[in-house]
Amino acid sequence: MKIVAVTSCPTGIAHTYMAAEALEQAAKDAGHEIKVETQGAAGAEAVADADIAGADAVVFAADVEVRNRERFAGKPLVQTSVKRAINDASGLISEAEAAARSGAGAGGVMAGAAAEARESAAMETAARPETKVDQGAGLGTRLRQWLMTGVSYMIPFVAAGGILIALAFLIGGPQVANKVNGGTFEGTEYQAVTDMSKLIVQAGYAGLMFKIGAVAFSMLVPILAGFIAYAMGDRPALVAGIVGGLIAVEISAGFLGGLIAGLIAGAVVIWIKRIKVPRGMAGIMPVVVIPLVSTFVVGALMLVVIGQPIAAIQSGLTDWLQGLGGSNAILLGIILGLMMAFDMGGPVNKVAYAFGLAALASGNLKIMAAVMAAGMTPPLGLALATVVRKTLFTRAERQAGEAAWLLGASFITEGAIPFAAADPLRVIPALMVGSAVTGALVMGFGDESRAPHGGIWVVGLISKPFLWVLAILIGMVVTAAGVILLKSTGAKETDIEPAASRQATTA
Amino acid sequence: MADLITPDLVDLDLSATERGEATRSLAQRLQAAGRVTDLDQFLADVRAREAQMPTGLEGGIGIPHCRSVAVVEPTLAFGRSTQGIDWGAADGPAHLIFLIAAPEGGGAEHMGILASLARRLIHQSFKDALQQAPDPEAVVTLVKKEVLGQ
Repeated sequence: MKIVAVTSCPTGIAHTYMAAEALEQAAKDAGHEIKVETQGAAGAEAVADADIAGADAVVFAADVEVRNRERFAGKPLVQTSVKRAINDASGLISEAEAAARSGAGAGGVMAGAAAEARESAAMETAARPETKVDQGAGLGTRLRQWLMTGVSYMIPFVAAGGILIALAFLIGGPQVANKVNGGTFEGTEYQAVTDMSKLIVQAGYAGLMFKIGAVAFSMLVPILAGFIAYAMGDRPALVAGIVGGLIAVEISAGFLGGLIAGLIAGAVVIWIKRIKVPRGMAGIMPVVVIPLVSTFVVGALMLVVIGQPIAAIQSGLTDWLQGLGGSNAILLGIILGLMMAFDMGGPVNKVAYAFGLAALASGNLKIMAAVMAAGMTPPLGLALATVVRKTLFTRAERQAGEAAWLLGASFITEGAIPFAAADPLRVIPALMVGSAVTGALVMGFGDESRAPHGGIWVVGLISKPFLWVLAILIGMVVTAAGVILLKSTGAKETDIEPAASRQATTA
Repeated sequence: MADLITPDLVDLDLSATERGEATRSLAQRLQAAGRVTDLDQFLADVRAREAQMPTGLEGGIGIPHCRSVAVVEPTLAFGRSTQGIDWGAADGPAHLIFLIAAPEGGGAEHMGILASLARRLIHQSFKDALQQAPDPEAVVTLVKKEVLGQ
C-alpha cells in the first residue's frame, strides 16, 4: 500500500519531525511505502502530485492547519494530532489501511473540484516560496509567482471593500460617498464626517458600510505590495512592502506604484540576506536589521525618487487635458478612456477623474458621463472574459471576476486591479482599448451626467441613458475580446506556469 | 556553526522535580554557554509553547522547545532525571529531558539539524543509549554520531 502523510506542529521544530520519523518507521515495519511532507521550520518539501495521485491513503498528523490540503482532496483520509502519530504510529498506519479499504473520503465526482483546488494550491505554494524552490525557475516565472502572491492576498480586500461600497450606494444612494467624505452631489453640499462617533448620525448605516469599504480599499495597494515582497524575501520583507505600499497610496502612485514598491522591497531584502554577517548579528538580522534597513530604503526611494516624478506627470497631464478641452470631443473621449483604464485609481486615472469633476463643477456634464462609463468597462469586461474563457484565468481570478460585475456596475474601477496586477502587460492594454471605445462613444452620443460617481445606480441622473448603457456594453465586449486575445497569445505560459511552480516545489 | 551540544549543556543528574524548575536549570546552562541572550524571554517562550500542549511524550521523554529571539544558535541542552519529572505524558513522568532552543527566523540549514535531532528521538536505541551514558562527553559523542553522523 502507498501512503502519503503531512506532519505539522505549532513550533515546527520537534514534533513535526518526530511524527514523520515515527510514521516512516511504522509504515516500513508494516510493509508499506510512505512519503511524508514535514511542514515545519526547516522548510516543507512538498510531496509530489504523482505520489498523491498514486496514494491509497492520506494521513494528516497535524496540530496546525495543513497547508494546501486541497491537493489531497478525494483521498481516503486519516486525520489526527501530531502526538498521536508519535505515540502510536503503528495504530495510525492500521487506520490508514482501514480507510483505504473502505475508501473513506474518496469520490470520483470530486475529481474536478480537486483539480481546481490543486490549481489554487499551486498558487498558494507560490505564496510560501522557499528560496531554493525559485532558484531553478526563470525570472519571468518567478516574477509572475511574486505578482500572483500579492494578488491572491489582495483579492479579498477588493471583494469585501468593493461590495460594501457598492451596497452602500445601493442602500443609501450615491450621495452616501459625499455624506461621508464631504463635497457636492446634485447641488447639495455635504460636510465630511470628521468625528467617527457621529458617522451613523450623519451618514446612516449606508455611510457606515461605505466607510468600512473605503478603509478596506485603502489597504489594497499596501497588501499587494506587502505580499509581493513577502513572496520574494519571506517574512522580513513584509514590512518594507507594506510600508512601501502605504507610501505609494500617499504619493498617489496607485497600484502600479504598489507593484514597484513591493518588487523593490523584495529585491532589497534578497540583497541584504546575501550579505555575510558576524555570527552575533545573525540572530537579529530577520527581526531588526533587515526590516529596518529595507523599510528605510524602500520608503526613501518611493518618497524621493518616485514621488516627485509622479507629481510632475500629474500636473503635466492636467495642463495637457485642459489644453485639449476645446478640441474634438471624440478624441477627448478616447484620451480620457485610455487614462481611466491605464492605472485604475493611480495617478493617470486620478487626473482624468479630476478633470471630469472640474468640468462637472463648471457645468460641463458631458465629460463626467464619459469618464464614469470608461471607468466601468474594465471590471465589467474582465468579468465577462472570465465567464467566456474560464481556462485563461486562475480560480482566484474567476472568483474576483464574480465580484467584478458588481464593482464595474458601480463604477468601482479597482475591481480590475487583481487582473491587471497579475498580468499587467497583457491586461492593461486591453482595458485601455475598451475604455477608449466607451469614452469615444459616450462623447459622440453626447450623454451628460449630473452625478460624479455611482455607476449604473445613477443612471437616472444621466441623459440619454440607453445610449450611455449601450456605450458601456460595447466597451465591455471590446475589453473582454481584447483580454482574451492578448491572454491567448501568451496562453501557453499561463497554463504551464502553475504546474511548473508546483514541480519546482517538489524538486 | 557552533556545536549542537557540548558537555556543559548536559546534566546527567537533574535535581529539579518540577517541569518549570527543570527547564530553568537547563536554560541557565544555555545562557552560561552564550547560546541564550535573555533567560526570561527564552523561558517565557518555552512556557508559551508548553501551554499550547505539554511536550511530554510516551516512553519517558520531555522535549520543551521554542523558537525565540533570545536564542543565538540552534542548541540542545540535555537533562536526565532519575526520579522522573511530570511532563504531561499519559504514561508517566519523563526521565530524559531535551530542551531544544531554536533561533527565531533561523535558516533552513539550522532548522534541518534540529529536524534530524527530533527524528532520532523516536528511536528506542538512541533513548536507551542516552539513559546509560556514563558522562556528559558520552552524551555529546552519541548525539553527534546519531544526529550529525560525525
